Amino acid sequence: MRKIRTPYLLLLPGFAFLFTFFILPIMNLAQTSTQTPVGGGDTGQYEQTLRFSNYIDAFVENREQFGRSFVYATIATLLALAIAYPLAYAIALKGGKLKNFMLILVIAPFFTSFLLRTVAWKQILGEEGFVVPTLRTFGIISDSTTLTSTSFAVVMGMTYNFLPFMTLPLYASIDRIDPRTLEASGDLYANGFTTFRRVTLPLSMPGVVAGTLLTFIPAAGDYVNAAILGSPNTKMIGNVIESRYLKIVDYPTAAALSFTLMVVILILVTFYIRKAGTEELV
Amino acid sequence: MTKESISAKGDLRLTRLTKSYGDFTAVDDLSLIIPEGSFFALLGPSGCGKTTTLRMIAGLEEPTVGSIHLGSTDITTTKPYQRPINTVFQNYALFPHLTIFENIAFGLRRRGIKDVDAAVSKVLDLVELPHLAQRKPTQLSGGQQQRIALARAIVNRPALLLLDEPLGALDLKLRRQMQIELKWIQKEVGLTFVHVTHDQEEAMTMADTIAVMNEGQIEQMGSPADLYDNPKTAFVANFLGQSNLIKGTISGNDGDSHIVDLFGQKISLPKNRSHANDQFIYAGIRPEKFRISRLGTPTSGNILTGGHIEDVSYIGVSTQYQVEMPWGQELMVFEQNDDGVAPFSKDEEVNISWEPVFTFGLRGDEDATAGSEVNPEELDEE
Repeated sequence: MRKIRTPYLLLLPGFAFLFTFFILPIMNLAQTSTQTPVGGGDTGQYEQTLRFSNYIDAFVENREQFGRSFVYATIATLLALAIAYPLAYAIALKGGKLKNFMLILVIAPFFTSFLLRTVAWKQILGEEGFVVPTLRTFGIISDSTTLTSTSFAVVMGMTYNFLPFMTLPLYASIDRIDPRTLEASGDLYANGFTTFRRVTLPLSMPGVVAGTLLTFIPAAGDYVNAAILGSPNTKMIGNVIESRYLKIVDYPTAAALSFTLMVVILILVTFYIRKAGTEELV
Repeated sequence: MTKESISAKGDLRLTRLTKSYGDFTAVDDLSLIIPEGSFFALLGPSGCGKTTTLRMIAGLEEPTVGSIHLGSTDITTTKPYQRPINTVFQNYALFPHLTIFENIAFGLRRRGIKDVDAAVSKVLDLVELPHLAQRKPTQLSGGQQQRIALARAIVNRPALLLLDEPLGALDLKLRRQMQIELKWIQKEVGLTFVHVTHDQEEAMTMADTIAVMNEGQIEQMGSPADLYDNPKTAFVANFLGQSNLIKGTISGNDGDSHIVDLFGQKISLPKNRSHANDQFIYAGIRPEKFRISRLGTPTSGNILTGGHIEDVSYIGVSTQYQVEMPWGQELMVFEQNDDGVAPFSKDEEVNISWEPVFTFGLRGDEDATAGSEVNPEELDEE
């Protein structure tokens, strides 16, 4: 009997934590999302009226920011994948003795604050940074073009900030590939490109799926990059939720938007995992 | 060079092949011809350069110096995917994300061969695993994976099939069975097999010709019987089976034989079995060639007197004796248990005799223990 009970006992602390800090707040959020202001009450006073059209109002009002969030998150995820795959491949297969050192470099940004690094990007892309003058010298951008407060800056910031989340799972799955299977592919008449397409890429799919999810999900809900590197024209849904909650004190709309974001991400992720067919992979 | 693989055929010729990694020379000026259609084994301890040689033939390593020809075509710098050569890798290297069918079809599809289905089913029948076509490699046992790795290579009908310690991961019983099966398959498909192994018994069971490698060079090449009966170096004498090597000097000649003085006792050694270059010599005799006799019993051939039985081990088919000779050396003697009784016991005084034709002569300046140490790391060489 003891043997059967032990695993459940081990799960208990985790369940208790999740219940207190996830289930309860979510229930609270759900309850808030259908409230309406108290007639004649102060700002921030709401009562439960089960007004489900809060959701429709919130969504219709912020369609643009929703759309932008998913477009930005998708572009940032694809860019991060394009940068991280060669990086992870090189570390895993060609890293040799420097493997661990290079992995430390990948996670080194975590030693400073997320906020601080994003502010640093504002300076890099700013008028005083080296990027803008260099691009102007080569005539790639005109003298009147700036990079800060643009969607370009927001997407770049997101790509940069979530790059380690893409790189690490990719590294883990590429590192697990037996190099002899790659040799076997070459031995069986596949050239470098075919070996990549038929062997390396399929075998690293678990890393691609994990990395894109770990990048896309936080990127879709992010507001720090848009707040620091963007302008009112680059507002994402995260920025709307933040200002509704903290500035306008419109708790029901903020809650409804949060719930909508969560559900949309869940649907997209479910669809994506089905499509990528991770259960088929080893 | 086009994307298509070249269609060379014929003998494989390695000419003065050298591979160095910095200061370390893995393969040292090696020249070798492997005839078309043969079952050839490269045998040697771990680190002798046999796997490096195989990888150069496969195109996975580029030689530092030297050339590789297949028939009349120079393939020294040809990419692996352009060579008509396939490899059965150690631990198989099957593609874990593909079914058994797709694993085998991989090479055929890359070359754009039509009728993949028929070729794959045929080779699955040959390895007797047609029912596993839709499984994944991880669902197969080690022995089954081994056969699939073989099928994946031979389905391409390469001019040359390379086998890198193919049976190393199997247990002893399965290994014996696969040795016989591999040999049968080689005859059946008529391809040239080059087999790399550190297991002398495996090499002797399967190969027509064995090249014994040591420190990047070939020590001796020949049929299993040649190598065993008439080894040219102490390394070969000790690495293939066991040998008794007794130090001596050539003191005279008698027709086609040398007279060799072993610590004062004279024996005869056929001249054509002597590989010594001066009068200092090691006389070599395999343990099973010796006969033991009690003092006073008439014996013929070469005789060494004054033996003292130090140890007797009964191991079923034979009894192994350690016999100490007057000069302090312990000789190994294996006697068949034809009569079912161990006739000699510890501490008996005996003579040892053998037919002179079984004697072989090695250079007296060799290290008599070369190739005899058992290196446990060899077993995990992967």
